[in-house]
Order: sequence, then C-alpha cells, then structure tokens
Amino acid sequence: MPLYEVLLQQLANGLILGSFYALVALGYSMVYGVIKLLNFAHGDLYMVGAFAGFGALSLISGWAGGGWGGIVPAILFSMLAVGVLGVIIDRVAYRPLREAPKLSVLITALAVSMLLENVALAFTGGQYTAFTTSLGFAGINLGMVHVTWTQMVLVGTSVVLMVVLELFVSGTRHGKAMRAIAIDQDACRLMGIDVDRTIALTFLIGSALAAAAGVLAGVYYGSINFFMGFLIGLKAFTAAVIGGIGSIPGAMLGGILLGLLEAFGTQIPGVGSEWKDVFVFAFLILFLVFRPTGLLGQPEVERM
Amino acid sequence: MEALLRLEAVETYYGEIHALRGIGFEVRQGQVVTLLGANGAGKSTTLRTISGLVPARSGRVLFEGADITRLAAHSIARLGLVHVPEGRRIFRGMSVEENLDLGGYSVVDEGVRRRRRDAAYAMFPILAERRNRDSSLLSGGEQQMLAIARALMSEPKLLLLDEPSMGLAPRLVQEIMRTIRRLNEAGTTVLLVEQNARVALRLAHYGYVLETGRIVLAGEADALEKNESLAKAYLGGGGSKPERAAAG
Repeated sequence: MPLYEVLLQQLANGLILGSFYALVALGYSMVYGVIKLLNFAHGDLYMVGAFAGFGALSLISGWAGGGWGGIVPAILFSMLAVGVLGVIIDRVAYRPLREAPKLSVLITALAVSMLLENVALAFTGGQYTAFTTSLGFAGINLGMVHVTWTQMVLVGTSVVLMVVLELFVSGTRHGKAMRAIAIDQDACRLMGIDVDRTIALTFLIGSALAAAAGVLAGVYYGSINFFMGFLIGLKAFTAAVIGGIGSIPGAMLGGILLGLLEAFGTQIPGVGSEWKDVFVFAFLILFLVFRPTGLLGQPEVERM
Repeated sequence: MEALLRLEAVETYYGEIHALRGIGFEVRQGQVVTLLGANGAGKSTTLRTISGLVPARSGRVLFEGADITRLAAHSIARLGLVHVPEGRRIFRGMSVEENLDLGGYSVVDEGVRRRRRDAAYAMFPILAERRNRDSSLLSGGEQQMLAIARALMSEPKLLLLDEPSMGLAPRLVQEIMRTIRRLNEAGTTVLLVEQNARVALRLAHYGYVLETGRIVLAGEADALEKNESLAKAYLGGGGSKPERAAAG
C-alpha cells in the first residue's frame, strides 16, 4: 500500500479506537471533576457494559435480528443497567467515604475494580465470549482503504453521545450543577443543590457512557472477556490526563488524540504494534512530568 | 410576634473545638439583625449552623416555627433561608450568568428564572455588563454583588450575609450597605454578620454581640451603638481563633 493509504487506514483505526477511549475517559474525568476520585473501577464498567449488551442482544436477536435493530436496544439497555450499577457503586462504596482521606477512597476503587473483574471471571470461566452480530463488511472504498459502515456508525454514535453530553452539561440546570459541584460543594448546598444526588447523576452518566463504549467495542472486535476493562481503564486515564483531567472537552480531545497516537505510533519504523502500550504510557509519563494539567485542564494545587 | 428565625441553646463543635456554647436569639420578620464580635467569636459558625453546613450538636434552630436543626443544607436553602458565605464563594470559572442560574437552581421554570435574572441585572447593572464574563475576573465589589444577586435568585425570606464588606474599599462598603437596606425595605429579612460594627449598627434594627461562642450583649441597634462595653466586646476577650482555624 502507498504511504498515504497506510496513513488513511491508521486515521480510520485511530478515530475508532479514540472514540472508545474518549467515551470511557469522559466518565473518568467527570467523576474526578466532582469528587476528585480516580475511579479505577471505571474501566470495568466498560467490561460489564459489554457483557450487559451481549446478554441483551442474545435475548432479543431472535426477533430483532443481529443487526443494528438488535444492537441499538442492547446499547440502550446496557447504558441503563450499567448507569444504575455505577450509582449503586457510588452509594455503597464511595459515599460513606466522602469525608475520608482520598487514599482510602482510591483503595476502595481498586477493590471495586477487582470485585467486578472477579465476578465476571466467575461467570465466564475466563473464556472469551464471541460477540456475534450480523453486521457485514459493506462500506466505502477510499483507494485501497476500506471503511465499513459499521466503523462509521461506531464513530458517529460516539460523537453523538459526546455532543449530547456537552449540551447537557453546558445548557441544563443539572449539568450546570455538576460543574458547580466540581468548583465548590458547600456553595452548591447553599444554592439548594442536592450534592449527593448530583454526584449520583454524574456516576449514572459516566457509567452509561462507558457501557456504550463497551458494547460498541464488542461489536467492533467481535469478542469480549472479563479483563477487557483493565487496559482501557488505564488508557482512558491516560486520555483524561492528556486532555486535562476534570475537563469534559479535554477527555474527548485526549481520547481521540490517544487513539490516533496509538494508531500512528505503530507505523513508526522500529515501533511495532507490540510496542503500542509502551508508546501510550510513555506519553502519560511525559504529560505527568511536563504538563500535569493536560491540554485543557485548569491548574490545580492539589493532585493525587 | 412570631420570630422568623429562632435559635435555642445551640451548641456546635468543630471536632474537639467547642465553637458555639449555647447560642439563643431570634430574628423577626422584616428586621435587619446583626451579629457582632471579634474574629473567632463564633459569628460565621452561627450562620453555618443555621444554614446546615455544620451540624448543631444540641439545641434547636426554628425557621417559620418549624424545626430545621437536622435538615440537610440544600433542603434548608429551598425553604427560603439563603446564606451568602464569607469570602463570597462564587463559582469561579463559570460566567456571571451561570452563577445567577445556579442561584436559581431550585426554580424549575425557565421563564421565572429569566425574569429574576433580569431583575438582578436591573438591580446590579454592572453584572449585566459582565454577564458572559468569567466570574473570577470580577473585582471584589462586583463579586460581592454577584454573591448577593445569586442568593436573591431564589427570592429568599431570610438572607444570611457573612461579612459582605470584607476586603472592600469604603465607597464599596457604603454601596453594599445601601443594597442591603434596599433589600430589607423590599421585604427581605436579613441576618448580617459584620466585623465592621459601626457600619452594621447603622443599618440594623437589633444586634447581638458574640464572645467565644456565647452571646454577651443584646439590644436595639441605637442602644448598642452607645454602649461602652461594646468596644471591649468586639475587640475580643480571648486570643484563640477556633472558628477561623476550623473553617479554613
């Protein structure tokens, strides 16, 4: 393939990967914004989302079909179920620790992550589950590069979700309350804002977005497993840091950038695809050292 | 006459620090009442206890005759008892207009919220000029106006103001005090905490003087202004500042 086609192919790959990262990074960043917690269980919600979507699709594909007619309801079901799971996790594991030292909450988040992974391990026996759909490989050809409709819909769905989120957060009273809580919780209480409920709303939305990414990734890769959330959790964290943790546009930008970095990074001579994770985390370290506030983040005194 | 706000033997702790030691007083409908006292006397803690930001360990807080001692802060705010905290605490990084919208958070009707916002802009024209500006770029006086305007968005029955004159030039202090008087004349009851006792007493109908968590003096504002022991009271008895240390 000529170079430009290789680059075009990697651009498509990077955008898809990046939109998954961005969706997961959003929840990471939103939760960090409101309660300054790095929710290490967030990546596992992506995994649970993939399984919830898979389960829903298995149940309804008999009459709804294995195409988008079945996948869209499966995504919506998964978003709702995992959104509620996120709220329950906050209520049970994090809310009792609201006044506790941050390290305690951080360790709790690691425990929740292990719990989710091990429950999924127990149910699946550690096997890969085939996420079969009846989506074909039809699409459009740009030179020798083939982009399927599925890939375009995946990226499109992610973009729509991000736009809806941005409109919600900047335009509605609940969205404004979420941003205000990130700034000053006591002042919010004095305005009549129920801080705990608004935090729960943040978990609901963030978890639902991770679930959507999980189902979309299942559709894209064709298989899911109990451990799939671990690495993407770390990558989403990286994306959130690159964009500026706590910043919603930052998480989107960071996710897309990271996807593109990963896709193009593997094309550098001498950097094979087995080095892609090293490549990504090297960027994390560079950002943490030289620009810890990320591209769009606000400078902040206190950091974990 | 029934008091709008009434405190009965309220005791509040910050950890081990006994900040309020049996505070009791009342604020009547339509009045401006001021709490005076030195740094650390418990003025801010009193307001924070009333608005539910810190829990009272014992005693009762009654608002319109109902016991609100154990209510969550956001529930108290929704009753129409709104606290403008020390240091203004505007939402930095959000615009003036967004700050006002958050003040009207409990107003679900968008139209009502817009009308109140327009009323706030009419009262503070400078805020209208700056409506899309990041609120952290406002001057100290403008920030104080924003903090008051934000509180007015919920049309409070009782306004708790914590040191609205802090850090402002004398001309601005006068302007803020005129604003408070106008609000009171329009029917809002005000509980005002001030270090600047002279300014506060000129505005208030009634005053209480706090010293190390107790009320040591109470009276009509005119009488307090002439009281000789007042000077001593708000220069402060003890040297400790438990309230400031705990409230950060």
